[in-house]
Amino acid sequence: MERLYFDVAHLFAGSLVLMSFVLLYQDRMTGLINVFTMHAVVLSLSVGWQAYAQNAPHLYITAGIAVLFKAVIIPISLQNMIERMGIHREIEVVGGIGPTMLLGIALVALSLAVVLPATAAADPLAREDIAFALSVVLLGLLMMVTRRNAVSQIIGFMSLENGLILAATGAKGMPLVVEISVAFSVLIAFIVIGIFLFRIRERFDTVDVQELDRVRGSTK
Amino acid sequence: MAMILEIAAQGAQMGLVLALSPLLVGLTRKAKARLLRRRGPSLFQPYRDLLRLLRKETVLAENASWLFRSAPYLIFAATWVAAALIPTFATGLMFSWSGDLIAIAALLGSARFFLALAGMDVGTSFGGIGSSRETMFASFAEPATIMIVFTVSLIAGSTQLSEIAASTLSHYELRVSFGLALIALAIVAIAENGRIPVDNPATHLELTMVHEAMVLEYSGRHLAMIELASALKLLLYLSMIACIFAPWGMAPAGAGARALGLGALAYVAKMAVGGFLLAFFEISTAKMRVFRVPDFLGAALMLGLLGTLLLFVSRSL
Repeated sequence: MERLYFDVAHLFAGSLVLMSFVLLYQDRMTGLINVFTMHAVVLSLSVGWQAYAQNAPHLYITAGIAVLFKAVIIPISLQNMIERMGIHREIEVVGGIGPTMLLGIALVALSLAVVLPATAAADPLAREDIAFALSVVLLGLLMMVTRRNAVSQIIGFMSLENGLILAATGAKGMPLVVEISVAFSVLIAFIVIGIFLFRIRERFDTVDVQELDRVRGSTK
Repeated sequence: MAMILEIAAQGAQMGLVLALSPLLVGLTRKAKARLLRRRGPSLFQPYRDLLRLLRKETVLAENASWLFRSAPYLIFAATWVAAALIPTFATGLMFSWSGDLIAIAALLGSARFFLALAGMDVGTSFGGIGSSRETMFASFAEPATIMIVFTVSLIAGSTQLSEIAASTLSHYELRVSFGLALIALAIVAIAENGRIPVDNPATHLELTMVHEAMVLEYSGRHLAMIELASALKLLLYLSMIACIFAPWGMAPAGAGARALGLGALAYVAKMAVGGFLLAFFEISTAKMRVFRVPDFLGAALMLGLLGTLLLFVSRSL
């Protein structure tokens, strides 16, 4: 039975890493948002399983929050946002998907190499969740670095935050207050970023962050 | 006596794959046509095509070398040997101990090498473009194949297909790596067989074709050999997927005639399901640009790598 708990948790956490890679692979705005929705659904499944495996009912609330905010509210508002900005058909130029993927694999390997020896004494369920959570965080960072469009950088940030939730739920005895405050701070961050996005667009007529180089006065 | 029986079982397996492969091609074509609400050719049309090609005269280009003439036989032989190494209806067949997944990859690789050489031999521009594209795809597909082999053989503890099938049968558990390897192998199979998102087997459109461009100069019995080899390759990949990921119904080593018959039935059913799924996938996607294919195959490589990495996590805990 112990084995089954571990296998299902492994399945969900592994799928979350896989979804992060699918996010890296996407180069269309609507596809990106759809995959982000799936990312959140997988996260809430994973959290729900942790709630069942750890016998911790308050985690069900975390899973519910994840579904409500990350799989419903944020994707819908992102969709509205890109439609209002008229970039919903846009295809983003990503500098070579292949190298980015390889870099992502290297990051996953790095996080496994760091976390597994460092947490040798912990519970296997928590260890594995933390290892995968670190990979999701690093992949989210990688996405923020490699994308030029501000909207896809937001999605990278949100997926990074999903990794944080995974790590928090993997550790036993995390109080509910912490998770709720993380969820709300991300929501606030999302609103702030959204406002910034419209400000950027107003000033530069684009959300391509490379255009921001003009402000710095760099001459190319 | 036991030796003779073993040889007979192995021979039956080799005959079965050879006999079934055109039928699988016919089934896929028929299913595709029916799904598009067309009637489609008969299921047995590929056999008729092959017979007609065998009867026809072979036309050779003036500057074709011996390589061009012998390549079809080499390709067919290498593919058939590779197909013979895969357990289809029974594990523990005689040949399955003489070669493993890596040997199969090597045999298919040498078949592709000869095909690419033959494509360039006559010196037409189409052959050259087909060969160059095939080589480009191969350089992405081969590492992906190797990663898949690593993942699968790390799980089963062996690269022998018979042992992999036996280990899948004996303890089936939930594994992400297994799922990742399945998706990656499906992508590699689609690319290697020139099916729709990568190459369209039904057209002769010069901008997109890969496999057809290389065999454009062949005719008569040479073309029959190449067509049969590519049908065998499709069956080989489907059997490989069935053998690794769905080995149910397969007769164990040293089983009686009843288990063998049941295994053969299960095998034919699995192939029919596989052919239908392939047809369904093909009508639901569009052909991608040639320069998008490396991304597609890169995804397979990534999945294979990720599968191996995840396996290390679950192993080390």
